[in-house]
Amino acid sequence: MGVVSHEVLPGVVTTNLRRLINWSRKSSLWYMLFGIACCAIEMMATGASRYDFDRFGMIFRASPRQSDLMIVPGTVNEKMADRVKVLYDQMAEPRWVLAMGGCAVNGGPYHGEYNIVDGVDKVIPVDVYVPGCPPRPEALLHGVLLLQEKIMREGIEVPGVVPAGVNIHGRA
Amino acid sequence: MAKTSDVLGEQQLGVPAEQELFINMGPQHPSTHGVLRVLLKVDGEVVTDAKADIGYLHRCFEKIAERRTVTQVIPYTDRTDYLAAITSEWAFVMAAERLMDVEVPERAEYIRVIVGELQRIASHLLWFGTFALDLGATTVFLYAFREREKLLDIFQKLTGARMLYNYLRIGGARNDLYDGFADDVRRFLDDLEDRLHEYHTLFTGNRIFESRVKGIGVLSAEDAIKYGASGPVIRGSGVPYDVRKAHPYSVYHRFDFGIPIGKDGDVYSRYLVRMQEFYESIGIVRQALDQIPAGDFIGKVPRRMRLEGDAYARVESPRGEVGVYIVGRGEENAWRVHYRSPCFTHLQLLGPLGVGGLVADMVAVIGSIDIVMGEVDR
Repeated sequence: MGVVSHEVLPGVVTTNLRRLINWSRKSSLWYMLFGIACCAIEMMATGASRYDFDRFGMIFRASPRQSDLMIVPGTVNEKMADRVKVLYDQMAEPRWVLAMGGCAVNGGPYHGEYNIVDGVDKVIPVDVYVPGCPPRPEALLHGVLLLQEKIMREGIEVPGVVPAGVNIHGRA
Repeated sequence: MAKTSDVLGEQQLGVPAEQELFINMGPQHPSTHGVLRVLLKVDGEVVTDAKADIGYLHRCFEKIAERRTVTQVIPYTDRTDYLAAITSEWAFVMAAERLMDVEVPERAEYIRVIVGELQRIASHLLWFGTFALDLGATTVFLYAFREREKLLDIFQKLTGARMLYNYLRIGGARNDLYDGFADDVRRFLDDLEDRLHEYHTLFTGNRIFESRVKGIGVLSAEDAIKYGASGPVIRGSGVPYDVRKAHPYSVYHRFDFGIPIGKDGDVYSRYLVRMQEFYESIGIVRQALDQIPAGDFIGKVPRRMRLEGDAYARVESPRGEVGVYIVGRGEENAWRVHYRSPCFTHLQLLGPLGVGGLVADMVAVIGSIDIVMGEVDR
């Protein structure tokens, strides 16, 4: 974004629509209040007094239909997996998913056990992975900042960087 | 197509009368404390039947405990009751020690008592915050977490972790108390006492809060015993049962502390019992800090730990009586481990406590029995 000189037009900022939309989306990431296991307590601690999610414009919503970001804080087992899928489907687009903790990343300490889904990305697409058991609030905040960077890049082609999913070889 | 809640509801709760219907509470619900699902049969706003549906957080703890050596299981015990990691570790470690006749040095027992009681304070602080949040008091949540963070700083300096400590070892603890630990803890406890007074003025006498909790979810003393309740739930009904007094373990018999009990057995009584327990824990930690002897923080343990025979140990966790039963057959891993969870037992009270009340009272009932789903499903 560029600011036009004050002498010419006071209070005018120039940008393009894409950047403006991305900026507004990343600045009000409302997350779903959805605790699964131990990591949910660290997620609550991140939302509470010391770490304070609110300064990133993040407010918890109890309903998936009002939220933009789904933080998956904990182990997803086979009974829970289809519920997670239903919750994801109920969220309105654009929506993002942050896998919090070892269990949601790849099963963590429970990797390979019966009844455990080894990573929530087997069920829903994940944007940011935050490892740790449980991750510290600082780690979760770092994951959120990475997600904000990712949102700012959406729909904008940076020279030399190939956006994910683009077939650069021209073959089917 | 029939809804799953209707199919499951008819299986579990029977065919509804004409004016009744089934509704789901959970597994994604802000006040079910994790992934509890409660099936409710309602007549208008009044709950006529309720049943908990669990298993959304089953993580194979008992099976894992059969395949790992006893020392390797300790981190998994943290993840059963993740709000009170130390007490679940303690029950497991104590059962293994009884099985192998391992002597625990006196200093290590004192360390366990201090850390265990601080853990009770941390767990009750979180319960206080979330219980108030469920009833609509957001400010209390922020206040309680402010104090909890101070306590977590002490834990972090001692064990290196904020929540899941992996601190107790068979025969003692992983490391000794750091220099200045006693000063840090005393300063925190003094601060907490002031804050508790603040909490009472902020929340306890609040008329909106009182109308949400007084006379709700009444559990009689006979029912509490019949259902096998323990911890603050049974004490809220006026039964002075506490594992620390009834079956003393570690060095608890050396401390002077009381068992707070409630009068009415309702949500408010259970609330007052937990609030009173803060003061008892503060007292125990202060006495332990005064009495703690010098010595080793871990005793002599065999290099290869072979489990032979069986042993049971129980401790008083912030939620009630946690028991661990280990059976060994001469190998380094246990043949069978069973974990007795108080929350699992308390979940069967949802029906008796919630029926006849409103759906909103169900939230208060769930909050007052302080469930942790990691411990229920294991």
